[in-house]
Amino acid sequence: MTQLKRIFLSRTLGILPVLLLLFVVLSLVESRIYSSNNIITIFRNASMNMVMAAGMTMVIITGGIDLSVGSILAVAAVVGLSVSRGEYAYMSMPVALLIGIAAGFANGVLVAVIGLPPFIATLGTMTSLRGAAYLLANNGQTIVNAKLSYSWLGNDSFLGIPYLIIVALAIILAAHFLLKRTTFGLRVFAVGGNMQAAKLTGIKVRSTLIAVYTICGLLCGVVAIMLSSRLQSANGMMGQTYEMDAIAAAVLGGTSMSGGLGSVVGTMFGALMIAVLNNALTIMGISSFWQMVAKGLVIVIAVTLDVVRNRMQSSK
Amino acid sequence: MDFLLAERVSKHFAGVKALTDVTVGFRKGEVHALLGENGAGKSTLMKIFAGVQPPTSGKLYLDGREVQFGGTADAIRQGICLIYQELSIAPHMTVAENIFMGQNIGSYGLVNRRLMNERAQAILDELGAPFSPKTLAGDLSLAEQQQIEIARALSRHSRVLIMDEPTASLSDKEIQQLFLVVQRLKRQGILIIFISHRLDEVLQIADRASVLRDGAYIGTLEEGEIDQNRIVSMMVGRDLGDYFMHESSGDVQPGYFAVNNLGDGHFVRDVSFSVGRGEILGIAGLVGAGRSEMARLIFGVDRRRQGTITLAGNDITINNPRDAIRNRIGFVPEDRKGQGLFLEMASADNIAMNVLPEISSLGYLSGKSTSNYSQRFIQSMSIRVATPRTNASSLSGGNQQKLLLARWISIRPNVLILDEPTRGVDVGSKSEIYQLIGHLSKDGVAVIFISSELPEVIGMAQRILVMRNGGIVTEIRDKADMTEERILSYASGVTKADYQPELTMQTATT
Repeated sequence: MTQLKRIFLSRTLGILPVLLLLFVVLSLVESRIYSSNNIITIFRNASMNMVMAAGMTMVIITGGIDLSVGSILAVAAVVGLSVSRGEYAYMSMPVALLIGIAAGFANGVLVAVIGLPPFIATLGTMTSLRGAAYLLANNGQTIVNAKLSYSWLGNDSFLGIPYLIIVALAIILAAHFLLKRTTFGLRVFAVGGNMQAAKLTGIKVRSTLIAVYTICGLLCGVVAIMLSSRLQSANGMMGQTYEMDAIAAAVLGGTSMSGGLGSVVGTMFGALMIAVLNNALTIMGISSFWQMVAKGLVIVIAVTLDVVRNRMQSSK
Repeated sequence: MDFLLAERVSKHFAGVKALTDVTVGFRKGEVHALLGENGAGKSTLMKIFAGVQPPTSGKLYLDGREVQFGGTADAIRQGICLIYQELSIAPHMTVAENIFMGQNIGSYGLVNRRLMNERAQAILDELGAPFSPKTLAGDLSLAEQQQIEIARALSRHSRVLIMDEPTASLSDKEIQQLFLVVQRLKRQGILIIFISHRLDEVLQIADRASVLRDGAYIGTLEEGEIDQNRIVSMMVGRDLGDYFMHESSGDVQPGYFAVNNLGDGHFVRDVSFSVGRGEILGIAGLVGAGRSEMARLIFGVDRRRQGTITLAGNDITINNPRDAIRNRIGFVPEDRKGQGLFLEMASADNIAMNVLPEISSLGYLSGKSTSNYSQRFIQSMSIRVATPRTNASSLSGGNQQKLLLARWISIRPNVLILDEPTRGVDVGSKSEIYQLIGHLSKDGVAVIFISSELPEVIGMAQRILVMRNGGIVTEIRDKADMTEERILSYASGVTKADYQPELTMQTATT
């Protein structure tokens, strides 16, 4: 009982019982939701948002935000796929990752060195990179590579588990380890929790911020590879509104928008929650417009729960 | 007879008793100090009076009638207003707009700005406030912003004004201004309940004083009965003996750490002094005299434009806090929450933040490394935390301050700069912090002790420098010369500057 209560009151794991409840209720309404095949589908649908939201979570923990993730993804995917069709096809993945790293680093410099507010800096890169993605995709074409060498990543499984899920869980684990078990992680929380104090304890605030945005960009590169391997194609529209799903997953998972608090494990559950909802509504044949309405409501309700939880805690 | 009365008021939070059977009365037109260590229940009682939370049991009487409050707005309507330590001022709005925030001046939902400014002016005149209602609130000093809050309370015809540590961030001069305002309000028959940690102020302003301890009412001192020792023993429940008692090093090695002609190019200028190994050097001065700015320059937070720094006879370069830490110089900043602590992080993480490389391997921290590391500080400094993982935000002010001290002790400092290390800290913890500082100096740390509380500087320092206007104005070397009057007359500019840095520098070389 106390254990249950502790989970409910925990900021980052509090989402777990809500997620399970949602899943059980939806399964009772529609039995097809509760099948091992469908559960794998849910995880696979959540996998890319998990990876993207892991990076987003780190950025939000520093007190920032990255609106440009979807656009970074698009550029990385378009260029990666173009390379895969050419002479140096083996460079496709590294190029996608490098683009992610470069774009993330640029965001970091704008925020940490030039001192732009993260919202503005990444709004700018979001818009510019989106345009660049269309331009690089031969002025808005879709680039296809039916013989993509790593299409197995997006479509095959290992022991019945799709590689996409394995990659996503591995990255969640790695990000969790980085945040909770390394000095770097502790410094990330310190910078987000109190930047003044972080400076006064000799933490390299700028480098830490740049590193976090760079990691976020790198993960966008990873998602670019995941998505283009699944679709075996890429275009300038890819990843639109992904930033919103990533932010939603982080917030659902208990990450505080004002920084200093959060966990990628919570974020993982947040991403799953969004995926469960989308999946269930699709199976029930509800239109995608209603899905958007429902998704928005769930986010508001879940965060309301969080506010209530905080009040319960603070009135203790 | 009592204008405001709490009768057998108790407040429980989830089983924790914050207040037990408190009966205390306040009279019309008095300044009543409410005293107690942190956690004694002062804030809880104040919040009950202000309608923030209802009592678990017990009754409240206002002007002879039993009252209940359905929230802060209700309490304000009935004439009780609480001014928090953290002011609620919108900096981008004018003084008048701030005063009448939440009230309608004008009709049909339109704002009658002329009427608003007139009324605001009337209230400001009543307070003797020198600024115009049209000024932007953000352009005013903290003390003036506080007067806006008081004006706001007056605009709502408050009969009871509760002020939670109103002087905590004011300079001595501003405090005197505030006290003038308080006296005016008192003459108008307003009851002022005044929470403070600074006993000298209580002695100065309060007509009566009530003390709470561990959620219980201890007693009320009538006018003429209030004296420092009595209050302190009521607050802590025992005699503290000599409050400032601390060890000190018999073997001070002068000139160990010296700054020469330090300046930031606009405010702090030509600051030269030295501290000995094992010495506690007090830095006194009014708020705004440049003490914190000087400390920040030494520590490399702000850009140094002139001057040199030597440690143990060697020139050292400090361009940022990392350089300072490398030379084992520590700095406890004045604003504990804003500049010091990571409130949402574990106490252990807060302590270990400066030694992460030492307790990690290749950047890896096991789940327990910061906790294990911090354990000995928690024990040796008797930091009261449930577990090392407890968030810093849930600690009392005194224990939070000890976390910061522990963080810097962990780097085995050569020099420790303490900026207002006991601000907002309860009496018991203060005395512990004094002892701790004594230990450090005995261990050979050169301590630079900045404080606005003169009795504290006098009680702790072996030598005092007084600052004014960004420069040092005098040095007091003799314990017998360390009087509040002397320090104040230099700090306020009544006595002309007579500081000769050569004197210290010479001792530094001999």
